[in-house]
Amino acid sequence: MRPASYIRRRGFVARACEVLLLVSLAALFACLCAGSANLAFADIWEAFWARLSGREADATVELVLWNIRLPRSLLAYLVGAALAVSGVLMQGVFRNPMAEPGLLGVSSGAALGAAVAMLTGLQRTPLGFSALSVCAFAGGAVAVMLVMFVARAGRGGMTALLLCGVAVSSFLSALLSGLLSVNHEALESVYMWTLGSFASANMRDVLLVGAALAVGLLLSMGLARDLNAVSAGSDARLLGVNAPRVRLAALVLATLMTAAAVSVSGIIGFVGLTAPHAVRRLTGADHRSLLPLSALAGGLFLLLADALSRTLFAPAELPVGVMTSLAGGPFFLILIRRHRGGRA
Amino acid sequence: MTLRVENIVFGYPGREKTLAGVTLAAHSGEVLGLLGPNGSGKTTLLRLMSGSLLPQSGQVVLEGRPVSSLRPRALARTLALVPQSASPPEGFTALDVVLMGRHAHIPRFGREGEADLAAAERAMRRTGVEALAERGAQSLSGGEWQRVLIARALAQEAEFLLLDEPVSNLDIRYQLEILRLLRALSREGHAIVLVMHDINLAARFCDRLAVLCGGALRAEGAPEDVLTPALLQEVYGVPGTVSHLPYPRFEPD
Repeated sequence: MRPASYIRRRGFVARACEVLLLVSLAALFACLCAGSANLAFADIWEAFWARLSGREADATVELVLWNIRLPRSLLAYLVGAALAVSGVLMQGVFRNPMAEPGLLGVSSGAALGAAVAMLTGLQRTPLGFSALSVCAFAGGAVAVMLVMFVARAGRGGMTALLLCGVAVSSFLSALLSGLLSVNHEALESVYMWTLGSFASANMRDVLLVGAALAVGLLLSMGLARDLNAVSAGSDARLLGVNAPRVRLAALVLATLMTAAAVSVSGIIGFVGLTAPHAVRRLTGADHRSLLPLSALAGGLFLLLADALSRTLFAPAELPVGVMTSLAGGPFFLILIRRHRGGRA
Repeated sequence: MTLRVENIVFGYPGREKTLAGVTLAAHSGEVLGLLGPNGSGKTTLLRLMSGSLLPQSGQVVLEGRPVSSLRPRALARTLALVPQSASPPEGFTALDVVLMGRHAHIPRFGREGEADLAAAERAMRRTGVEALAERGAQSLSGGEWQRVLIARALAQEAEFLLLDEPVSNLDIRYQLEILRLLRALSREGHAIVLVMHDINLAARFCDRLAVLCGGALRAEGAPEDVLTPALLQEVYGVPGTVSHLPYPRFEPD
């Protein structure tokens, strides 16, 4: 019977999730060991056991592990997952495999919003760090609305959308750099915002991005079948999909996750492009597998990219955005070349 | 059940009115064929009937309720449309596409159950695409893709089936198979509305024909009453004769 193969495919997706999860855990341990202060696997193990059984462990190991490497690695993973899920949502909404938070200006908008909040002292309001995130969300939302408005007016389809995205993104990035440059105290953070970094990661950031990712991923799973119909292009409404509402909900979730990611790590490009694309080649375009698998793949990708960025030229550190762009830029070019033959 | 189009007016921006006051009804248990020359508004009328276009005046009423007031999910369980020009999506198999027809039957956080898989399978068997289930949609031929789209509409298990030139991409065998299938479905209680180009196939398989010309309904009724040499000459500008046994048959001069 035919549906048997359909059930088999579901099983394959579940197994792929398990495998990626195990690989991610292994990679996380490996990344906890790597870095300028060399920790052996045994030290990490020891520290974890010590924490569990309430004993005291080696103070240096404790400090490096709990205050530096663990938050940083977790944050890299969660930001990667959040950006990848945002990428999947945007690709589905815009029916464009090259849509991505970075390319559509959402990341720069969010970074600009966060920077404005930071420079005007908004993050010291009674609202605490959430004010910064709210501003990041507002910036990202303004950017995506601007891109959609201009691209729709131009009626140019996929190419117009990407061009508008790139234009808006460059414009907002320029505003951001300019704004930070004239504020001398903030100059060093230009680096963090425009090239991305996890150097200042802490557990509060981990919780913020973790919460945004949990909400975003869970709710987008409820939109997965609607997104299938929308991205398959066939008159989604006729299949019972409230397409405008689904698009809006997906964009809000994507902007939410991107804003949370950007507000703690700056602009990190191409994660939302590479991870979903790799997963799509593996399991097809069904959002029910695409969303969770891309989250795991994106997390793994950014975790490894961050580990490389801090060990490759240690003790010097590359901004992690440089690593992802070095990998993602050529990848994007290959994607464009392959799509030239397809619909424009 | 009845799907009624009441004095509908529709025009695309910056162009003449595509439809200027059309009134028509489709009933359960009947195959209604829409005929007319290119640009006469057949596809537009079908889209208006499906609720995917909204009329500028007049209304489309399904069992006393305007189609525009129905929620997409409720509408999709009652009415299915097979569009004429839908491009096959990347990364989905034929079965995936047919299962999309079950969307309105599945709760938001649910997944396809046995009933949904069975409905998809039955629909694919009836349109002869069950062997293509695992093929990528983009690897299908035009005729195969057309039949997958029909299977998707069948999987919706909607009472009203609207089809825009469902057989124009098919070879003679599948033309007959699909038209026989649609006729059989109408006898099971479905209401079928077909946009057709082939006058003789329409005459043979439709219970009732509606002929559009220049955005207005020019004639409506049983095929043998509607298809006269005078009407065909007037509407299509093609002179010819019509023979009547066993079905009305137009023979151009």
